Amino acid sequence: MSMKGWSREQMAEQVALDIPDGSYVNLGIGIPELVTKFVPEGREFIYHTENGLLGMGPAPTPGQEDPELINAGKKAVTAEPGASYFHHGDSFTMIRGGHIDVCVLGTMQISQHGDLANWSTGAPDAIPAVGGAMDLVAGVKTIFVISQHTTKTGISKLVSTCSYPLTGKAVVSRIYTDLAIIDIKAEGFRLRELAPGISFDEVCAKTDAPLLPPLLLPPIANEKRE
Amino acid sequence: MIDKRIKTVAASVADIPNGATIMVGGFGEAGSPTELIHALIDQGAKDLTVINNNTGNGEVGLAALIGAGQVRKMICSYPRSSHSKVFPELYRAGKIELEIVPQGTLAERIRAGGAGIPAFYTATTVGTPLAKGKEARLIKGRDYVLEYGLTADYALIKCEKADAKGNLIYNKTARNFNPIMCTAATVTIVQTREIVEVGALDPEHIVTPNIYVDRVVEVAQPVIESQLIAKGVQYP
Repeated sequence: MSMKGWSREQMAEQVALDIPDGSYVNLGIGIPELVTKFVPEGREFIYHTENGLLGMGPAPTPGQEDPELINAGKKAVTAEPGASYFHHGDSFTMIRGGHIDVCVLGTMQISQHGDLANWSTGAPDAIPAVGGAMDLVAGVKTIFVISQHTTKTGISKLVSTCSYPLTGKAVVSRIYTDLAIIDIKAEGFRLRELAPGISFDEVCAKTDAPLLPPLLLPPIANEKRE
Repeated sequence: MIDKRIKTVAASVADIPNGATIMVGGFGEAGSPTELIHALIDQGAKDLTVINNNTGNGEVGLAALIGAGQVRKMICSYPRSSHSKVFPELYRAGKIELEIVPQGTLAERIRAGGAGIPAFYTATTVGTPLAKGKEARLIKGRDYVLEYGLTADYALIKCEKADAKGNLIYNKTARNFNPIMCTAATVTIVQTREIVEVGALDPEHIVTPNIYVDRVVEVAQPVIESQLIAKGVQYP
């Protein structure tokens, strides 16, 4: 076995394992969308999309797309039996009123205090575009982040303090990367689980902030969690 | 006898003056009142403030209105998309103003405006650059910022079915901002795929009650913006 680290799909699978049965879930665009492929046997998640659909289903078969049935990423989706449509005021009542259980988002940076920066690099010529991200992190009960541990050029996305403009302050509970699952605690980043073939020292080296070892014995990778 | 039907899209937007503030329904192309926007381009009102989640796609609909130089300021949450080029060019050239509002705050500001609520506190943007300059308050141990309700002179709305009294129902996720915008504008102008007999819509199913609607115009086969963009159509 030469397996080292988690693939995008395996990262999404780790997230899905940590979402309880019956959760109302909002998934960001990109890797978070892969979570739908890994719902554990015997669990049901109900997906919410900001543009007014609860009970979102997968993409339609090609040729069946409806331009008036889309997700927040403006891609064609379907509605599951039992789904409902509603206007934006109601949709964000679900988010801001704390009715959505879990939101899974991508990120550009995340700090050891759970600050999230995922909407702008702050570059002077950038056109600001925030969408619903600030509402989601302020309103959803549990925020999970799923992301590569470093940028393509090897710079850690996990930092002591975000240099990019924040989406929310102290909002993230846990981050799932290709190298590890890390909890955000009052004392900072605390390792929860290592990906296969990855050492604690390697994760520390690729994390631009202190990383604390797990409090409990490390669980076996890929063990089914409840 | 109340009858809010208007014969043409041109007549429905004829009185919109220069300098008006206009809410435009839709989330991307879904629920976008493209024919009403095109009629507004033909009509030529300028110096407009437009409230929409985005800034339009390609060179049709809202993007074409912006491209025609009729919009002074956009209030939106996400001025970019895979096919938006008109707004970014004007913005970088300093020819259009932008007020960026998180999507949920935008929705709630519109809802509040329609409900006669002048302002409200929300946790959204706390600790971020978008909280700058906003009044802050600690309530039950949590930080909030003050946001103001939004109203408009006109709303341009798209729906699926309407009756002559102005009751509306929508189609799937094309509902989005449309119902709340109906409540927040002085004059609400609606394009509908179909006008049905008064009484044909089940009162249990009506989404927008007619009190919020002023004008209804039938557009039986509305364009689909993505199809126009794929064909390279530019309006006008």
